[in-house]
Amino acid sequence: MAKRIDVSGLSAYYGAHKAIDDISMTVEPRSVTAFIGPSGCGKSTFLRTLNRMHEVTPGGRVEGKVMLDDENLYGSHVDPVAVRRTVGMVFQRPNPFPTMSIFDNVAAGLRLNGKYKKSQLSEIVERSLKGANLWNEVKDRLNKPGSGLSGGQQQRLCIARAIAVEPDVLLMDEPCSALDPISTLAIEDLIGELKERFTIVIVTHNMQQAARVSDRTAFFNLAAVGQPGKLIELDDTERIFSNPSVQATEDYISGRFG
Amino acid sequence: MVTTTPPIRNSRRAEGASRPGDKVFLGLSRGSGITLLVIMAAIAVFLTYRAVLAISQDSTNFLTTSEWNPAGQPPVFGIAVLAFGTVVSSIIAMVIAVPVAIGIALFISHYAPRKLAKPLAYVVDLLAAVPSIIYGLWGAIFLVPYLGGLNKWLDDYMGWTYIFDKSSDGVARSLFTVGILLAIMILPIITNVTREVFLQVPKMHEEAALALGATRWEVIRMSVLPFGRSGIISASMLGLGRALGETMAVAVVLSPSFVISGHLLDPGGGTFAQNIAAKFNEANEFGRDALIASGLVLFVITLLVNGAARWIIGRRKEYSGAAA
Repeated sequence: MAKRIDVSGLSAYYGAHKAIDDISMTVEPRSVTAFIGPSGCGKSTFLRTLNRMHEVTPGGRVEGKVMLDDENLYGSHVDPVAVRRTVGMVFQRPNPFPTMSIFDNVAAGLRLNGKYKKSQLSEIVERSLKGANLWNEVKDRLNKPGSGLSGGQQQRLCIARAIAVEPDVLLMDEPCSALDPISTLAIEDLIGELKERFTIVIVTHNMQQAARVSDRTAFFNLAAVGQPGKLIELDDTERIFSNPSVQATEDYISGRFG
Repeated sequence: MVTTTPPIRNSRRAEGASRPGDKVFLGLSRGSGITLLVIMAAIAVFLTYRAVLAISQDSTNFLTTSEWNPAGQPPVFGIAVLAFGTVVSSIIAMVIAVPVAIGIALFISHYAPRKLAKPLAYVVDLLAAVPSIIYGLWGAIFLVPYLGGLNKWLDDYMGWTYIFDKSSDGVARSLFTVGILLAIMILPIITNVTREVFLQVPKMHEEAALALGATRWEVIRMSVLPFGRSGIISASMLGLGRALGETMAVAVVLSPSFVISGHLLDPGGGTFAQNIAAKFNEANEFGRDALIASGLVLFVITLLVNGAARWIIGRRKEYSGAAA
Protein backbone atom coordinates (compact mmCIF):
# COMPACT_ATOMS: atom_id res chain seq x y z
CA MET A 1 0.00 0.00 0.00
CA ALA A 2 1.16 3.48 -0.76
CA LYS A 3 2.69 5.13 2.25
CA ARG A 4 3.59 8.64 3.33
CA ILE A 5 7.27 9.54 3.53
CA ASP A 6 8.30 11.91 6.25
CA VAL A 7 11.94 12.99 6.23
CA SER A 8 13.43 15.04 9.00
CA GLY A 9 16.93 16.42 9.48
CA LEU A 10 18.53 14.12 6.94
CA SER A 11 22.18 14.55 5.96
CA ALA A 12 24.21 12.17 3.81
CA TYR A 13 27.96 11.82 3.52
CA TYR A 14 30.52 10.27 1.20
CA GLY A 15 33.36 9.66 3.62
CA ALA A 16 34.14 13.08 5.06
CA HIS A 17 32.28 14.94 2.32
CA LYS A 18 28.78 16.06 3.19
CA ALA A 19 26.64 15.61 0.09
CA ILE A 20 23.27 16.80 1.38
CA ASP A 21 22.54 18.88 4.45
CA ASP A 22 19.63 18.74 6.85
CA ILE A 23 16.74 17.94 4.55
CA SER A 24 13.19 17.69 5.83
CA MET A 25 10.14 17.08 3.68
CA THR A 26 6.92 15.16 3.45
CA VAL A 27 5.81 13.15 0.44
CA GLU A 28 2.12 12.34 0.26
CA PRO A 29 0.94 8.85 -0.64
CA ARG A 30 -0.48 8.31 -4.14
CA SER A 31 1.23 11.36 -5.55
CA VAL A 32 4.20 12.08 -7.76
CA THR A 33 6.94 14.23 -6.31
CA ALA A 34 9.67 15.42 -8.64
CA PHE A 35 13.18 16.42 -7.54
CA ILE A 36 14.83 19.00 -9.75
CA GLY A 37 18.04 20.95 -9.44
CA PRO A 38 21.48 21.39 -11.01
CA SER A 39 23.98 18.54 -11.25
CA GLY A 40 25.69 17.73 -7.98
CA CYS A 41 22.94 19.22 -5.83
CA GLY A 42 22.39 15.86 -4.16
CA LYS A 43 18.93 15.02 -5.45
CA SER A 44 19.96 11.52 -6.54
CA THR A 45 21.85 11.00 -3.29
CA PHE A 46 18.76 12.04 -1.38
CA LEU A 47 16.62 9.66 -3.42
CA ARG A 48 19.00 6.84 -2.59
CA THR A 49 18.72 7.53 1.12
CA LEU A 50 14.99 6.79 0.86
CA ASN A 51 15.61 3.07 0.26
CA ARG A 52 18.95 2.87 2.06
CA MET A 53 20.88 2.42 -1.18
CA HIS A 54 23.17 5.31 -0.32
CA GLU A 55 25.03 3.33 2.32
CA VAL A 56 25.94 0.70 -0.31
CA THR A 57 28.43 3.19 -1.77
CA PRO A 58 31.80 2.86 -0.03
CA GLY A 59 31.98 5.56 2.62
CA GLY A 60 28.26 6.29 2.34
CA ARG A 61 26.68 7.38 5.64
CA VAL A 62 23.36 8.90 6.62
CA GLU A 63 22.16 10.93 9.60
CA GLY A 64 18.55 11.78 10.32
CA LYS A 65 15.18 10.14 10.08
CA VAL A 66 13.04 8.79 7.25
CA MET A 67 9.58 7.77 8.42
CA LEU A 68 7.53 5.52 6.19
CA ASP A 69 4.11 6.01 7.78
CA ASP A 70 5.15 5.30 11.38
CA GLU A 71 8.29 3.29 10.84
CA ASN A 72 11.77 4.87 10.86
CA LEU A 73 13.77 3.36 7.98
CA TYR A 74 16.96 4.20 9.88
CA GLY A 75 15.80 2.68 13.15
CA SER A 76 18.43 0.57 14.84
CA HIS A 77 16.51 -2.68 14.40
CA VAL A 78 15.62 -2.10 10.75
CA ASP A 79 17.23 -4.33 8.14
CA PRO A 80 18.18 -2.35 5.00
CA VAL A 81 17.39 -5.38 2.88
CA ALA A 82 13.83 -5.37 4.18
CA VAL A 83 13.56 -1.63 3.46
CA ARG A 84 14.50 -2.19 -0.16
CA ARG A 85 11.78 -4.78 -0.49
CA THR A 86 9.15 -2.19 0.38
CA VAL A 87 10.71 0.78 -1.41
CA GLY A 88 11.27 -0.06 -5.07
CA MET A 89 13.69 1.71 -7.35
CA VAL A 90 14.08 2.33 -11.07
CA PHE A 91 17.46 3.48 -12.30
CA GLN A 92 18.74 5.94 -14.85
CA ARG A 93 19.94 3.28 -17.25
CA PRO A 94 17.62 0.32 -17.80
CA ASN A 95 19.20 -2.59 -15.95
CA PRO A 96 17.27 -5.80 -16.51
CA PHE A 97 19.23 -8.87 -15.42
CA PRO A 98 21.00 -9.77 -18.67
CA THR A 99 21.14 -13.47 -17.94
CA MET A 100 17.44 -13.77 -17.18
CA SER A 101 14.41 -14.06 -19.43
CA ILE A 102 11.73 -11.40 -19.43
CA PHE A 103 9.58 -13.58 -17.20
CA ASP A 104 12.39 -14.26 -14.73
CA ASN A 105 13.27 -10.59 -14.60
CA VAL A 106 9.79 -9.67 -13.44
CA ALA A 107 9.66 -12.65 -11.08
CA ALA A 108 13.12 -11.94 -9.61
CA GLY A 109 11.90 -9.85 -6.69
CA LEU A 110 9.07 -12.27 -5.92
CA ARG A 111 11.46 -15.18 -5.80
CA LEU A 112 13.59 -13.27 -3.29
CA ASN A 113 10.59 -12.68 -1.07
CA GLY A 114 9.35 -16.19 -0.78
CA LYS A 115 7.87 -19.20 -2.40
CA TYR A 116 5.21 -18.84 -5.06
CA LYS A 117 3.43 -21.43 -7.07
CA LYS A 118 4.10 -21.37 -10.78
CA SER A 119 0.54 -20.26 -11.51
CA GLN A 120 0.75 -17.46 -8.93
CA LEU A 121 4.03 -16.29 -10.46
CA SER A 122 2.57 -16.26 -13.98
CA GLU A 123 -0.39 -14.30 -12.76
CA ILE A 124 1.71 -11.67 -10.97
CA VAL A 125 4.15 -11.41 -13.86
CA GLU A 126 1.29 -10.83 -16.29
CA ARG A 127 -0.33 -8.28 -14.00
CA SER A 128 2.96 -6.42 -13.50
CA LEU A 129 3.79 -6.38 -17.20
CA LYS A 130 0.29 -5.09 -17.91
CA GLY A 131 0.79 -2.53 -15.16
CA ALA A 132 3.96 -1.40 -16.92
CA ASN A 133 2.18 -1.26 -20.31
CA LEU A 134 4.55 -3.86 -21.68
CA TRP A 135 2.42 -7.00 -21.75
CA ASN A 136 1.21 -6.72 -25.34
CA GLU A 137 4.71 -6.22 -26.64
CA VAL A 138 6.33 -9.15 -24.85
CA LYS A 139 3.61 -11.70 -24.13
CA ASP A 140 4.80 -13.95 -26.97
CA ARG A 141 8.43 -13.93 -25.90
CA LEU A 142 8.45 -14.13 -22.14
CA ASN A 143 11.25 -16.68 -22.29
CA LYS A 144 13.54 -14.49 -24.38
CA PRO A 145 16.26 -12.49 -22.63
CA GLY A 146 15.29 -9.07 -21.35
CA SER A 147 18.40 -7.54 -22.86
CA GLY A 148 16.94 -8.10 -26.34
CA LEU A 149 14.30 -5.42 -25.83
CA SER A 150 14.63 -1.78 -26.87
CA GLY A 151 15.82 0.74 -24.27
CA GLY A 152 12.32 2.01 -23.56
CA GLN A 153 10.93 -1.51 -23.29
CA GLN A 154 13.79 -2.47 -20.97
CA GLN A 155 12.97 0.46 -18.71
CA ARG A 156 9.32 -0.56 -18.59
CA LEU A 157 10.51 -4.09 -17.82
CA CYS A 158 12.45 -2.67 -14.89
CA ILE A 159 9.33 -0.85 -13.73
CA ALA A 160 7.36 -4.10 -14.00
CA ARG A 161 10.06 -5.80 -11.96
CA ALA A 162 9.87 -3.08 -9.31
CA ILE A 163 6.06 -3.06 -9.02
CA ALA A 164 5.75 -6.87 -9.05
CA VAL A 165 6.58 -6.98 -5.35
CA GLU A 166 3.91 -4.35 -4.58
CA PRO A 167 6.23 -1.83 -2.91
CA ASP A 168 4.94 1.00 -0.74
CA VAL A 169 7.01 3.55 -2.58
CA LEU A 170 8.53 3.71 -6.07
CA LEU A 171 11.72 5.73 -6.51
CA MET A 172 12.81 6.71 -10.01
CA ASP A 173 16.27 8.11 -10.68
CA GLU A 174 16.09 9.95 -14.01
CA PRO A 175 14.21 7.04 -15.57
CA CYS A 176 13.94 8.65 -19.01
CA SER A 177 17.29 10.29 -19.47
CA ALA A 178 18.62 7.39 -21.57
CA LEU A 179 15.46 7.12 -23.67
CA ASP A 180 14.13 8.65 -26.88
CA PRO A 181 11.11 11.02 -26.74
CA ILE A 182 8.52 8.37 -27.64
CA SER A 183 9.74 5.94 -24.99
CA THR A 184 9.87 8.85 -22.57
CA LEU A 185 6.24 9.64 -23.30
CA ALA A 186 5.30 6.00 -22.66
CA ILE A 187 7.03 6.08 -19.27
CA GLU A 188 5.44 9.40 -18.34
CA ASP A 189 1.97 8.05 -19.16
CA LEU A 190 2.80 5.04 -17.05
CA ILE A 191 3.85 7.21 -14.10
CA GLY A 192 0.45 8.89 -14.29
CA GLU A 193 -1.23 5.49 -13.97
CA LEU A 194 1.08 4.14 -11.30
CA LYS A 195 0.46 7.03 -8.93
CA GLU A 196 -3.03 5.65 -8.33
CA ARG A 197 -1.37 2.81 -6.44
CA PHE A 198 2.07 3.95 -5.32
CA THR A 199 3.88 6.85 -3.76
CA ILE A 200 6.25 7.96 -6.49
CA VAL A 201 9.38 10.06 -6.22
CA ILE A 202 11.19 10.92 -9.44
CA VAL A 203 14.48 12.68 -10.01
CA THR A 204 14.63 14.45 -13.34
CA HIS A 205 16.87 16.87 -15.20
CA ASN A 206 14.06 17.67 -17.54
CA MET A 207 11.92 20.47 -16.13
CA GLN A 208 9.14 19.97 -18.68
CA GLN A 209 8.98 16.40 -17.47
CA ALA A 210 8.68 17.50 -13.86
CA ALA A 211 5.93 19.90 -14.88
CA ARG A 212 4.11 17.17 -16.85
CA VAL A 213 4.20 14.26 -14.43
CA SER A 214 4.44 15.57 -10.89
CA ASP A 215 1.98 16.90 -8.35
CA ARG A 216 4.66 18.37 -6.13
CA THR A 217 8.15 19.55 -7.04
CA ALA A 218 11.18 19.92 -4.82
CA PHE A 219 14.02 22.18 -5.91
CA PHE A 220 17.51 21.35 -4.66
CA ASN A 221 20.53 23.59 -4.94
CA LEU A 222 24.06 23.93 -3.67
CA ALA A 223 25.84 27.10 -2.64
CA ALA A 224 29.03 26.23 -4.52
CA VAL A 225 30.87 23.21 -5.87
CA GLY A 226 31.99 21.07 -2.92
CA GLN A 227 29.27 22.45 -0.68
CA PRO A 228 26.46 20.14 0.43
CA GLY A 229 23.18 20.26 -1.47
CA LYS A 230 20.11 21.67 0.21
CA LEU A 231 16.39 21.54 -0.30
CA ILE A 232 15.42 25.05 -1.38
CA GLU A 233 11.69 24.61 -1.58
CA LEU A 234 8.96 22.05 -2.02
CA ASP A 235 5.58 23.10 -3.28
CA ASP A 236 2.80 22.20 -5.66
CA THR A 237 4.28 21.77 -9.11
CA GLU A 238 1.99 24.39 -10.58
CA ARG A 239 3.16 26.94 -8.06
CA ILE A 240 6.86 26.07 -8.42
CA PHE A 241 6.67 26.62 -12.16
CA SER A 242 4.50 29.71 -12.08
CA ASN A 243 5.20 31.59 -8.90
CA PRO A 244 7.93 30.05 -6.75
CA SER A 245 8.54 31.63 -3.37
CA VAL A 246 12.36 31.57 -3.63
CA GLN A 247 14.28 33.62 -6.14
CA ALA A 248 16.84 30.83 -6.84
CA THR A 249 14.04 28.50 -7.91
CA GLU A 250 12.73 31.02 -10.38
CA ASP A 251 16.23 31.63 -11.72
CA TYR A 252 16.76 27.92 -12.24
CA ILE A 253 13.39 27.29 -13.81
CA SER A 254 13.62 30.23 -16.16
CA GLY A 255 17.03 29.02 -17.29
CA ARG A 256 19.10 31.78 -15.76
CA PHE A 257 21.51 29.18 -14.34
CA GLY A 258 21.98 25.46 -14.09
CA MET B 1 29.90 34.59 -44.01
CA VAL B 2 30.55 31.67 -46.29
CA THR B 3 33.10 29.13 -45.19
CA THR B 4 34.44 26.34 -47.33
CA THR B 5 35.43 23.04 -45.84
CA PRO B 6 38.58 21.50 -47.29
CA PRO B 7 37.75 18.60 -49.63
CA ILE B 8 38.21 15.37 -47.75
CA ARG B 9 39.57 13.28 -50.60
CA ASN B 10 42.71 15.37 -50.77
CA SER B 11 43.55 14.60 -47.20
CA ARG B 12 46.18 11.90 -47.08
CA ARG B 13 45.17 11.21 -43.48
CA ALA B 14 41.83 9.84 -44.61
CA GLU B 15 43.36 6.78 -46.23
CA GLY B 16 44.64 5.03 -43.16
CA ALA B 17 46.58 2.24 -44.79
CA SER B 18 48.74 4.57 -46.82
CA ARG B 19 50.32 6.10 -43.73
CA PRO B 20 53.69 4.54 -42.90
CA GLY B 21 52.87 4.00 -39.20
CA ASP B 22 49.73 2.07 -40.08
CA LYS B 23 51.59 0.02 -42.67
CA VAL B 24 54.27 -1.00 -40.20
CA PHE B 25 51.76 -1.86 -37.54
CA LEU B 26 49.59 -3.79 -39.97
CA GLY B 27 52.62 -5.76 -41.07
CA LEU B 28 53.67 -6.47 -37.50
CA SER B 29 50.29 -7.64 -36.32
CA ARG B 30 49.62 -9.67 -39.46
CA GLY B 31 53.07 -11.21 -39.13
CA SER B 32 52.44 -12.13 -35.50
CA GLY B 33 49.19 -13.80 -36.43
CA ILE B 34 50.79 -15.79 -39.23
CA THR B 35 53.71 -16.79 -36.98
CA LEU B 36 51.28 -18.22 -34.46
CA LEU B 37 49.55 -20.30 -37.12
CA VAL B 38 52.89 -21.52 -38.48
CA ILE B 39 54.07 -22.58 -35.01
CA MET B 40 50.82 -24.41 -34.29
CA ALA B 41 50.98 -26.17 -37.65
CA ALA B 42 54.62 -27.09 -37.09
CA ILE B 43 53.84 -28.65 -33.70
CA ALA B 44 50.88 -30.56 -35.08
CA VAL B 45 52.84 -31.84 -38.08
CA PHE B 46 55.82 -32.83 -35.94
CA LEU B 47 53.68 -34.65 -33.38
CA THR B 48 51.61 -36.41 -35.98
CA TYR B 49 54.58 -37.48 -38.13
CA ARG B 50 56.59 -38.97 -35.27
CA ALA B 51 53.50 -40.46 -33.68
CA VAL B 52 52.54 -42.23 -36.88
CA LEU B 53 56.05 -43.69 -37.12
CA ALA B 54 55.67 -45.16 -33.65
CA ILE B 55 52.04 -46.27 -33.74
CA SER B 56 52.47 -48.11 -37.04
CA GLN B 57 55.04 -50.35 -35.34
CA ASP B 58 52.93 -50.93 -32.23
CA SER B 59 51.87 -54.56 -31.99
CA THR B 60 48.79 -53.83 -29.85
CA ASN B 61 46.02 -51.27 -29.74
CA PHE B 62 47.69 -48.00 -28.86
CA LEU B 63 44.62 -46.54 -27.18
CA THR B 64 43.54 -49.45 -24.97
CA THR B 65 46.79 -51.08 -23.89
CA SER B 66 47.97 -50.63 -20.30
CA GLU B 67 51.60 -51.38 -20.87
CA TRP B 68 54.62 -49.33 -21.93
CA ASN B 69 57.38 -51.33 -23.53
CA PRO B 70 58.32 -49.84 -26.89
CA ALA B 71 61.75 -51.49 -26.68
CA GLY B 72 60.24 -54.97 -26.54
CA GLN B 73 60.15 -57.46 -29.41
CA PRO B 74 57.57 -56.80 -30.72
CA PRO B 75 57.01 -53.33 -29.24
CA VAL B 76 54.00 -53.14 -26.91
CA PHE B 77 52.78 -49.79 -25.66
CA GLY B 78 49.48 -48.02 -25.07
CA ILE B 79 48.13 -44.96 -23.35
CA ALA B 80 45.18 -46.34 -21.37
CA VAL B 81 46.84 -45.88 -17.97
CA LEU B 82 48.22 -42.49 -18.88
CA ALA B 83 44.91 -41.17 -20.21
CA PHE B 84 43.11 -42.50 -17.14
CA GLY B 85 45.63 -41.00 -14.71
CA THR B 86 45.75 -37.66 -16.48
CA VAL B 87 42.00 -37.26 -16.68
CA VAL B 88 41.31 -38.53 -13.15
CA SER B 89 43.96 -36.40 -11.44
CA SER B 90 42.76 -33.35 -13.37
CA ILE B 91 39.14 -34.00 -12.44
CA ILE B 92 40.10 -34.27 -8.76
CA ALA B 93 42.06 -31.03 -9.10
CA MET B 94 39.13 -29.23 -10.74
CA VAL B 95 36.58 -30.50 -8.24
CA ILE B 96 38.68 -29.10 -5.42
CA ALA B 97 40.12 -25.98 -7.03
CA VAL B 98 37.16 -24.43 -8.87
CA PRO B 99 34.82 -23.97 -5.88
CA VAL B 100 37.66 -22.81 -3.64
CA ALA B 101 38.92 -20.39 -6.29
CA ILE B 102 35.44 -18.93 -6.83
CA GLY B 103 35.12 -18.57 -3.07
CA ILE B 104 38.43 -16.75 -2.75
CA ALA B 105 37.65 -14.56 -5.75
CA LEU B 106 34.25 -13.61 -4.34
CA PHE B 107 35.77 -12.90 -0.97
CA ILE B 108 38.41 -10.63 -2.48
CA SER B 109 36.02 -8.88 -4.85
CA HIS B 110 32.85 -8.60 -2.76
CA TYR B 111 33.33 -9.40 0.91
CA ALA B 112 36.79 -8.50 2.15
CA PRO B 113 37.47 -4.97 3.36
CA ARG B 114 39.84 -3.22 0.99
CA LYS B 115 42.69 -3.41 3.49
CA LEU B 116 42.50 -7.18 3.46
CA ALA B 117 41.61 -7.70 -0.20
CA LYS B 118 44.86 -6.23 -1.57
CA PRO B 119 47.30 -8.35 0.45
CA LEU B 120 45.19 -11.43 -0.12
CA ALA B 121 45.20 -10.92 -3.88
CA TYR B 122 48.95 -10.47 -3.66
CA VAL B 123 49.40 -13.75 -1.79
CA VAL B 124 47.37 -15.54 -4.43
CA ASP B 125 49.66 -14.04 -7.06
CA LEU B 126 52.67 -15.30 -5.13
CA LEU B 127 51.19 -18.78 -5.18
CA ALA B 128 51.27 -18.60 -8.98
CA ALA B 129 54.93 -17.64 -8.99
CA VAL B 130 56.15 -20.77 -7.18
CA PRO B 131 57.91 -23.10 -9.66
CA SER B 132 56.23 -26.45 -10.12
CA ILE B 133 59.26 -28.44 -8.97
CA ILE B 134 58.95 -26.72 -5.59
CA TYR B 135 55.33 -27.80 -5.42
CA GLY B 136 56.47 -31.30 -6.31
CA LEU B 137 59.07 -31.40 -3.54
CA TRP B 138 56.63 -29.97 -1.04
CA GLY B 139 54.05 -32.51 -2.14
CA ALA B 140 56.42 -35.43 -1.83
CA ILE B 141 57.99 -34.43 1.47
CA PHE B 142 55.07 -32.77 3.26
CA LEU B 143 51.79 -33.66 1.61
CA VAL B 144 52.38 -37.39 1.08
CA PRO B 145 53.09 -38.28 4.72
CA TYR B 146 50.55 -35.87 6.18
CA LEU B 147 47.74 -37.06 3.92
CA GLY B 148 47.93 -40.47 5.58
CA GLY B 149 45.38 -39.43 8.16
CA LEU B 150 42.94 -38.04 5.60
CA ASN B 151 43.34 -41.15 3.49
CA LYS B 152 42.55 -43.35 6.46
CA TRP B 153 39.49 -41.28 7.30
CA LEU B 154 38.25 -41.44 3.71
CA ASP B 155 38.91 -45.17 3.63
CA ASP B 156 37.06 -45.75 6.91
CA TYR B 157 33.99 -43.61 6.27
CA MET B 158 33.81 -43.23 2.49
CA GLY B 159 35.25 -46.59 1.56
CA TRP B 160 31.84 -47.82 0.40
CA THR B 161 32.08 -45.43 -2.56
CA TYR B 162 34.74 -47.71 -4.05
CA ILE B 163 36.89 -44.81 -5.23
CA PHE B 164 37.90 -44.01 -1.64
CA ASP B 165 38.44 -47.63 -0.75
CA LYS B 166 42.16 -48.01 -0.05
CA SER B 167 42.93 -51.55 -1.14
CA SER B 168 46.67 -51.56 -0.65
CA ASP B 169 49.00 -50.28 2.02
CA GLY B 170 51.75 -47.85 1.26
CA VAL B 171 52.23 -44.12 1.30
CA ALA B 172 49.89 -41.71 -0.41
CA ARG B 173 51.82 -41.45 -3.69
CA SER B 174 48.45 -41.74 -5.36
CA LEU B 175 46.38 -40.05 -8.04
CA PHE B 176 44.34 -38.53 -5.21
CA THR B 177 47.41 -36.83 -3.73
CA VAL B 178 48.43 -35.66 -7.18
CA GLY B 179 44.94 -34.23 -7.66
CA ILE B 180 45.18 -32.26 -4.42
CA LEU B 181 48.61 -30.94 -5.36
CA LEU B 182 47.39 -29.97 -8.84
CA ALA B 183 44.42 -28.23 -7.23
CA ILE B 184 46.77 -26.03 -5.21
CA MET B 185 48.83 -25.32 -8.31
CA ILE B 186 45.91 -24.26 -10.50
CA LEU B 187 44.17 -22.33 -7.72
CA PRO B 188 45.92 -18.99 -8.38
CA ILE B 189 45.20 -18.80 -12.10
CA ILE B 190 41.52 -19.65 -11.63
CA THR B 191 41.23 -17.26 -8.69
CA ASN B 192 42.89 -14.38 -10.50
CA VAL B 193 40.87 -14.64 -13.67
CA THR B 194 37.53 -15.07 -11.89
CA ARG B 195 38.34 -12.23 -9.51
CA GLU B 196 38.96 -9.92 -12.47
CA VAL B 197 35.66 -10.98 -14.01
CA PHE B 198 33.75 -10.45 -10.76
CA LEU B 199 35.23 -6.98 -10.42
CA GLN B 200 33.96 -6.13 -13.89
CA VAL B 201 30.33 -6.85 -13.10
CA PRO B 202 28.64 -3.54 -13.89
CA LYS B 203 27.50 -1.67 -10.78
CA MET B 204 24.06 -1.26 -12.30
CA HIS B 205 23.46 -5.01 -12.38
CA GLU B 206 24.38 -5.35 -8.73
CA GLU B 207 22.23 -2.36 -7.82
CA ALA B 208 19.32 -3.88 -9.71
CA ALA B 209 19.42 -6.84 -7.36
CA LEU B 210 20.09 -4.73 -4.27
CA ALA B 211 17.14 -2.45 -4.99
CA LEU B 212 14.84 -5.48 -5.12
CA GLY B 213 15.87 -6.31 -1.58
CA ALA B 214 18.54 -8.88 -2.29
CA THR B 215 21.00 -9.81 0.42
CA ARG B 216 24.69 -9.81 -0.40
CA TRP B 217 24.63 -13.49 -1.27
CA GLU B 218 21.52 -13.01 -3.40
CA VAL B 219 23.22 -10.17 -5.28
CA ILE B 220 26.08 -12.54 -6.01
CA ARG B 221 23.71 -15.25 -7.13
CA MET B 222 21.52 -12.99 -9.28
CA SER B 223 24.07 -10.62 -10.77
CA VAL B 224 27.67 -11.55 -10.17
CA LEU B 225 27.77 -15.28 -10.89
CA PRO B 226 25.59 -15.18 -14.04
CA PHE B 227 27.63 -12.30 -15.40
CA GLY B 228 30.88 -14.08 -14.54
CA ARG B 229 29.77 -17.45 -15.86
CA SER B 230 31.75 -17.47 -19.09
CA GLY B 231 34.72 -16.02 -17.25
CA ILE B 232 34.55 -18.80 -14.66
CA ILE B 233 34.51 -21.38 -17.44
CA SER B 234 37.45 -19.77 -19.24
CA ALA B 235 39.40 -19.56 -16.01
CA SER B 236 38.67 -23.19 -15.21
CA MET B 237 39.86 -24.20 -18.65
CA LEU B 238 43.11 -22.33 -18.15
CA GLY B 239 43.55 -24.19 -14.88
CA LEU B 240 42.59 -27.49 -16.44
CA GLY B 241 45.10 -26.95 -19.21
CA ARG B 242 47.81 -26.56 -16.62
CA ALA B 243 46.63 -29.58 -14.64
CA LEU B 244 46.56 -31.79 -17.72
CA GLY B 245 50.05 -30.84 -18.74
CA GLU B 246 51.74 -30.58 -15.35
CA THR B 247 54.91 -32.64 -15.36
CA MET B 248 57.47 -32.16 -12.61
CA ALA B 249 55.17 -31.99 -9.60
CA VAL B 250 53.40 -35.16 -10.70
CA ALA B 251 56.65 -36.94 -11.49
CA VAL B 252 58.02 -36.22 -8.01
CA VAL B 253 54.92 -37.23 -6.09
CA LEU B 254 53.50 -40.19 -7.97
CA SER B 255 54.95 -43.66 -7.70
CA PRO B 256 54.21 -44.71 -11.27
CA SER B 257 52.73 -48.04 -12.24
CA PHE B 258 51.00 -49.28 -15.36
CA VAL B 259 47.78 -50.38 -13.75
CA ILE B 260 44.38 -48.75 -14.04
CA SER B 261 42.81 -48.68 -10.61
CA GLY B 262 39.61 -47.00 -9.53
CA HIS B 263 40.89 -46.98 -5.96
CA LEU B 264 42.14 -43.43 -6.09
CA LEU B 265 43.95 -43.61 -2.76
CA ASP B 266 46.18 -46.48 -3.86
CA PRO B 267 49.69 -45.55 -4.95
CA GLY B 268 50.35 -45.93 -8.64
CA GLY B 269 49.07 -44.76 -11.99
CA GLY B 270 50.65 -42.29 -14.34
CA THR B 271 49.98 -39.25 -16.51
CA PHE B 272 51.08 -38.34 -20.02
CA ALA B 273 53.46 -35.62 -19.01
CA GLN B 274 54.87 -37.50 -16.04
CA ASN B 275 55.48 -40.57 -18.19
CA ILE B 276 57.25 -38.58 -20.88
CA ALA B 277 59.47 -36.87 -18.32
CA ALA B 278 60.30 -40.14 -16.62
CA LYS B 279 61.08 -42.13 -19.76
CA PHE B 280 62.45 -39.65 -22.27
CA ASN B 281 66.09 -39.67 -21.24
CA GLU B 282 66.57 -43.40 -21.29
CA ALA B 283 64.45 -44.06 -24.38
CA ASN B 284 65.95 -44.84 -27.77
CA GLU B 285 64.84 -43.16 -30.99
CA PHE B 286 61.79 -45.38 -31.34
CA GLY B 287 60.92 -45.10 -27.65
CA ARG B 288 60.92 -41.34 -28.03
CA ASP B 289 58.57 -41.59 -30.98
CA ALA B 290 56.26 -43.66 -28.81
CA LEU B 291 56.37 -41.00 -26.10
CA ILE B 292 55.65 -38.34 -28.70
CA ALA B 293 52.63 -40.36 -29.79
CA SER B 294 51.35 -40.19 -26.21
CA GLY B 295 52.05 -36.46 -26.28
CA LEU B 296 49.86 -36.17 -29.36
CA VAL B 297 46.99 -37.72 -27.44
CA LEU B 298 47.44 -35.17 -24.65
CA PHE B 299 47.43 -32.43 -27.31
CA VAL B 300 44.16 -33.75 -28.72
CA ILE B 301 42.56 -34.04 -25.25
CA THR B 302 43.51 -30.44 -24.51
CA LEU B 303 42.01 -29.29 -27.83
CA LEU B 304 38.79 -31.20 -27.12
CA VAL B 305 38.51 -29.69 -23.65
CA ASN B 306 38.98 -26.19 -25.03
CA GLY B 307 36.45 -26.82 -27.78
CA ALA B 308 33.92 -28.06 -25.24
CA ALA B 309 34.45 -24.94 -23.12
CA ARG B 310 33.91 -22.67 -26.11
CA TRP B 311 30.78 -24.56 -26.99
CA ILE B 312 29.41 -24.15 -23.46
CA ILE B 313 30.18 -20.43 -23.46
CA GLY B 314 28.69 -19.90 -26.91
CA ARG B 315 25.53 -21.87 -26.28
CA ARG B 316 23.98 -19.18 -24.12
CA LYS B 317 25.51 -16.18 -25.78
CA GLU B 318 22.30 -14.14 -25.94
CA TYR B 319 22.07 -14.41 -22.17
CA SER B 320 25.72 -13.59 -21.57
CA GLY B 321 25.23 -9.93 -20.75
CA ALA B 322 27.54 -8.88 -23.54
CA ALA B 323 24.59 -7.32 -25.32
CA ALA B 324 23.54 -5.19 -22.38
